[in-house]
Amino acid sequence: MLAESIVIIGVNHKTAPVAVREKLAFSGDCAGPLVTLMNIEGCRECCFLSTCNRVEVIFVASDPAAAAVAVRGFLFAKSGLADAEAQQYSYLHQGRDAVAHLYHVAASLDSMVVGEPQILGQLKQAYREAVEQKTTGVILNRLLHKSFSVAKRVRTETNIGGSAVSISYAAVELAKKIFGTLRDKSVLLVGAGEMAELAAEHLVRQGIGRVIVANRTLERAANLARRFNGTAVGLAELTSQLAEVDILVSSTGATDLILRKDEVKPLMRQRMNRPLFLIDIAVPRDLDPELNDLDNVYLYDIDDLKNVVDVNKAEREKEALRAEGIVAEEVVKFGQWLEGMEIAPTITAIRQKANGIREVEVAKTLGMMKSLTENERRSVEMLANAIINKVLHEPMIFLKNSTPHDNPQLKLAFVRQMFGLDKESSDQ
Amino acid sequence: MTLLFQLTLYLYLLATAVYVAHFLSQQKKVRAVARAILLVGGVLHTVYFVVRYVAAGHTPLTSSHEAVSFFAWSMTWAFLSFWWRYRVKNFGVFVSPLISLLMLIAAFSSQEIRPLAPALKSNWLPVHASLAIMANGFMALAFCGGVMYLLQEREIKKKKFGIFYSRLPSLEALDNLNQHCLTLGFLLLTLGIVTGSVWAKQAWGAYWQWDPKETWSLITWLIYAAILHQRLTVGWRRRRAAIMAIAGFGAVLFTLWGVTYLLGGVHSYVG
Repeated sequence: MLAESIVIIGVNHKTAPVAVREKLAFSGDCAGPLVTLMNIEGCRECCFLSTCNRVEVIFVASDPAAAAVAVRGFLFAKSGLADAEAQQYSYLHQGRDAVAHLYHVAASLDSMVVGEPQILGQLKQAYREAVEQKTTGVILNRLLHKSFSVAKRVRTETNIGGSAVSISYAAVELAKKIFGTLRDKSVLLVGAGEMAELAAEHLVRQGIGRVIVANRTLERAANLARRFNGTAVGLAELTSQLAEVDILVSSTGATDLILRKDEVKPLMRQRMNRPLFLIDIAVPRDLDPELNDLDNVYLYDIDDLKNVVDVNKAEREKEALRAEGIVAEEVVKFGQWLEGMEIAPTITAIRQKANGIREVEVAKTLGMMKSLTENERRSVEMLANAIINKVLHEPMIFLKNSTPHDNPQLKLAFVRQMFGLDKESSDQ
Repeated sequence: MTLLFQLTLYLYLLATAVYVAHFLSQQKKVRAVARAILLVGGVLHTVYFVVRYVAAGHTPLTSSHEAVSFFAWSMTWAFLSFWWRYRVKNFGVFVSPLISLLMLIAAFSSQEIRPLAPALKSNWLPVHASLAIMANGFMALAFCGGVMYLLQEREIKKKKFGIFYSRLPSLEALDNLNQHCLTLGFLLLTLGIVTGSVWAKQAWGAYWQWDPKETWSLITWLIYAAILHQRLTVGWRRRRAAIMAIAGFGAVLFTLWGVTYLLGGVHSYVG
């Protein structure tokens, strides 16, 4: 069976702890591994994917069992682990299971954070390098392309990537719900720590207009401000700045509150009630929790944001179930294509197609020639039949005869394409 | 003619149901269907007024049925015109029920065509009445926007994201909607009062005679003038603007019905 020649061997965050994964140590470059893999006996096609959470080899081999041992040996070469241990830390999927697994990976159903889209880009990159090294063929080309379109289907038909699942992204999403566009808005970062930097990075990527950094030591504020093309101010200017900005991200190491309700209340008049979004990511908290009671002031502390993220994650898990249905459906479709990729079904399909054409055309012609006798009608039918058989004769011979240098899949794919046998399903 | 009105009413009700379905499912195709139904309803509604105009021989804005029905017509077309330039996510699901409600009220009022009272025989009738009622249409849209704002703000403030958070537009967009509708509505209301006043001068010799309807129109006008003025000067925007748009609409409704049924006056033949 052709399907059984497709195999995936890999290691991911679920099967192996980071201590094992880091020992595998593959750097960004795929060309080296691809060349090594193609030298494995019987390996006809392969693709190599390496990210921080997973290392996978997708390959097609004439003797899958033997090739699997060799591929695993290659994956764990630097780890010093024996094959028995390597088997324990890795997974092996074959045939339809392999197809399903790849679809899961592409659609980000197998990711650490379900629904995060980076993996699709990494998979596309891995495929691109495999194509450059000419290590993919008919089967992997189609399989990888299909996995991309499955990922796209999952993304558009479910809400899997819908809402933010990281703290800083959740904050950006909230800001957009309050302010609409962020283009003409400004953010004040109080404290120049790592969290502030991360939040600012997100906001800048979403096009925030202006960044102002306030910090106890002005030098650090200036450094951070330079990164975002912003301005640096001292902490003393906090309230005067607050009259101007739209978003405040506070992350100081202060043990006490740095901003109280009574300080902000008069500011809101001065601000003409323009809304103020306060994000407190400091522990212990920097901002008075009562600030949220003021009209047009929205205060979210680190726990509030975590709650938002948790709710969104639960939502994604639910959507993942719907995505499973899509994957299952697509796996069946690919299975059908694989079954057709043999000589006998291809010959049947060509015959069926030709006979279909013959029947329609004969019926059309006879319909226009009502005056023909029964004998003459039979002659027309025989004529059509003969033409079909003669035309198909050489292609059939070409399909059945194989020389040792032939690549049978390539030949099948070529013939199937020539006769348009996979029209409906090859919709890309 | 009654059939035409009923058909319009059913189309509006159907559009409301489909808008609700879209709100829950968020399928774009469903929204397109809802909008198409509403559009057909709006066209039929227009035809209904033309037919009624021909049958009555005068502008059909003199009975309660006609006034409320025209109110619904104004809302429909004001809303549909927004699609042209000013789109607000999931606005339809809030607007269409109100349109349907007005149409139901119109359906239960007397639909007979009565002869025109002599005092109303004037070219000012169509101008004054349509401007005043069209102003109501925009105020009603501002009301819907205000409700949406408060619902969305509640979820953001309480940090509990329910059915509205992802479906409603940003607070900023809703605040802009508020200002947009109030500005247009206020302009129409001003013109409505001015034309009414000019007409009163011609008909009765005085620009203003403190008829209850006049008084309440003025109160409504002052409320909206205050809202718009305060927004520009001391920043009555966002939450307060939303609340005021809802309160102002209360004054609109009182001017429309409360005055007629409770206070009487020269406008009472509209009823």
